[in-house]
Amino acid sequence: MSSAVLEFKPYNLGRWLVWSAYALVLCLAPLLSSSSLAMTMLCQMGIAIIVCLSYNILLGQGGMLSFGHAVYSGLGSFAAIHTLNKVAQGDWAIPVSLIPIIGGLGGLLIAALLGAVTTRKSGNTFAMITLGVGELVWSMSLMLPEFFGGEGGISGNRVVGDAVMGITFGPQIQLYYLIALYCFVCTALMFAFTRTPLGRMLNAVRDNPERVEFIGYDTQRVRYIAFMIAGFFAGIAGGLYTLNFEIVTAEVVGAHRSGAYLLFTFLGGALFFFGPIIGAVLMVFATVLLSEWTKAWLLYLGLTFLFMVMFAPGGLSSLLMMNMRVLAFGLFGRVWKLYVAMLAAAIVVMLGLTAMVEMLYHIKLNEAMGPELTLMGVTLNTHGTPAWVGALILLVMGGGLLELARRKFAQVWSQVQDKIEHEIRRREGH
Amino acid sequence: MESLVINLLNGISSGLLLFMLSSGLTLIFSMMGVLNFAHASFYMLGAYFAYAITGWLGFWPALVLAPLLVGLLGAGFERFSLRRVHAFGHVPELLITFGLSYVVLELVRLIWGPSAVDYRVPAALEGPMFTLAHVKGQGLQWIWGMAPESICGVATGASCTQFPAYRGFMAGVALLMLGSLWLLLTRTRVGLIIQAALTHPEMAQALGHNVPRVMMGVFGGGCALAGLAGVIGGNAFVTEPNMATSVGSIIFVVVVVGGMGSLAGAFVASLLIGLIQTSAVTVDASLITLAHQFGWVVGESNPAYPMLKITVSQMGPILPYLLLVLILIFRPKGLLGNREE
Repeated sequence: MSSAVLEFKPYNLGRWLVWSAYALVLCLAPLLSSSSLAMTMLCQMGIAIIVCLSYNILLGQGGMLSFGHAVYSGLGSFAAIHTLNKVAQGDWAIPVSLIPIIGGLGGLLIAALLGAVTTRKSGNTFAMITLGVGELVWSMSLMLPEFFGGEGGISGNRVVGDAVMGITFGPQIQLYYLIALYCFVCTALMFAFTRTPLGRMLNAVRDNPERVEFIGYDTQRVRYIAFMIAGFFAGIAGGLYTLNFEIVTAEVVGAHRSGAYLLFTFLGGALFFFGPIIGAVLMVFATVLLSEWTKAWLLYLGLTFLFMVMFAPGGLSSLLMMNMRVLAFGLFGRVWKLYVAMLAAAIVVMLGLTAMVEMLYHIKLNEAMGPELTLMGVTLNTHGTPAWVGALILLVMGGGLLELARRKFAQVWSQVQDKIEHEIRRREGH
Repeated sequence: MESLVINLLNGISSGLLLFMLSSGLTLIFSMMGVLNFAHASFYMLGAYFAYAITGWLGFWPALVLAPLLVGLLGAGFERFSLRRVHAFGHVPELLITFGLSYVVLELVRLIWGPSAVDYRVPAALEGPMFTLAHVKGQGLQWIWGMAPESICGVATGASCTQFPAYRGFMAGVALLMLGSLWLLLTRTRVGLIIQAALTHPEMAQALGHNVPRVMMGVFGGGCALAGLAGVIGGNAFVTEPNMATSVGSIIFVVVVVGGMGSLAGAFVASLLIGLIQTSAVTVDASLITLAHQFGWVVGESNPAYPMLKITVSQMGPILPYLLLVLILIFRPKGLLGNREE
């Protein structure tokens, strides 16, 4: 990493550049497209970034695999919607722009309560307990319609109270900038957290809890505090969710949502701070666009996840960083051809697989609309053999080619990594 | 009295079913350190395979074939996916089984549709196994099968409770299976090797045993147990794509409450949770009823009213999780656990 060289300068120039670029992207993103779909997606991305980053405090920084993170964002949403309705009734006077903070406090409170139990354990047991606690809250939400609104949920209206400087949060664009502001501040705060002694301690608890105990720290307390911080930021995301959708149903605390946070944080990459941001963007694309395109999106998602865990357990961000390193050492020329080969083979596999899956779904779901289905401009007859045989050939052929390319790539990749290690040692030897 | 006995038996039979699931999970966990998140998915696969085979060959072949198929799938998954991830550590191992549960769920939805399938109890096992009749003035009577009109007819005024034959069959299969598992683990050479690989994998390997293959076998075996539970549980309850999620979190509760990696603990916890779940449904009292007993009347204006008015039967679904929380507070290592994590 280059930070070793930059350490002695008064400014960390690279960091200033990255953060300015991040702020700029957040500010300019609405200019890309003025369609309402793009606007909705941007708002959801801002919210997803906060919640995935907060999840990564547990998963990436603390090594705590939680299956119940939606509890904290979801209950934050409920705290926010009840506050919003109180404001609308004139009981409380809180500006709308601060309501996400109320959501955050709600998340913090719940995390303080439930975290006291869940963080008693780590590792696999922690994972199971969070699942149990998630189920507990989910079942409770069905039992207490007074608070959770039952089937229909609770709705509110974000245009309440006095407008501050003409901002009512009625138009989506005004809300976007509120979300963007929260997103930037929360990202900065969570990054700052990783640099605090507590944040470093959390990494130590993840890597070697016994040693941490030995030098006199209470690992459970470190986990507990980190858990509360994650709960707070998740609650802020929940509060923003409330302002964005103006309706909160019990589904926001459900296991599906917790699973999605886990899945996409992992896909983005838990090893680097910015990984979950990639994951969050992917999450919105998948849930908004992919689910529109195909009924089989969860199957594709599950398969992608399986392959990522098997072949790239560091997620997209770690793939990116490893290739950046290869690039920095000028060795990318040795691997790029194999990337092209693997990509080509992967496209063939995916074509075959997609054709088969889509035909299966068509037979199961849209049989009434005739046996033919159009996929990427090609008409496939689900009743004839040619389509099935063709798809199978694509799948098998592509699979074979992919495996060949992958073996060659694994070989070249390890050579390249050896060379880089060698080079690093040589430079250090100077 | 008679309904109490029947409830107890119902609770034990569903507890035994839970133990068939949690024993596989515990074995896999204590042997490989892998928490199989997809365990309940294999349970679901067992039920769906049994449904498919029943339509083709009948229930009895399905009882044998479906668990075998599920076991093969489990072993294949271990061989081609899980083993590859083993080097990365425990979190990726848990994650890959989590991913598998997604894929299995979607495949099941794709093949058998999103709603429940008509997987029925075989005709030979329909009807009651025995009836408990409370005849006025004569006390309790035990009658095998359906009670005759002369005892339980409407005119006699006797109260009769039936115990379904299929419940008895479920408990029988579970006991038989667990008995043979116990014999296999403690009395045979294979069991000896499994136990050795469990506690001293390196030494077992050094003595020439193929420990990775033993692990594959254990994983497959655990999945087959889950599959068998699916075959006999799928028609007792309901066979639908959500069955994995609803059972999955319960068996995790069982494993934590019993103590991680403890088979005996899993047994006690399974029975306990089976009993809690079946008996809670019959109690129609709430905290308000309790308050009334002490002469304290809670009106609807009381802010705690919505919380207090929930009856025990409504609370049924959350009772196992409440038990989990209580156990974690008062006995963090579980009922019979001995490892502190």
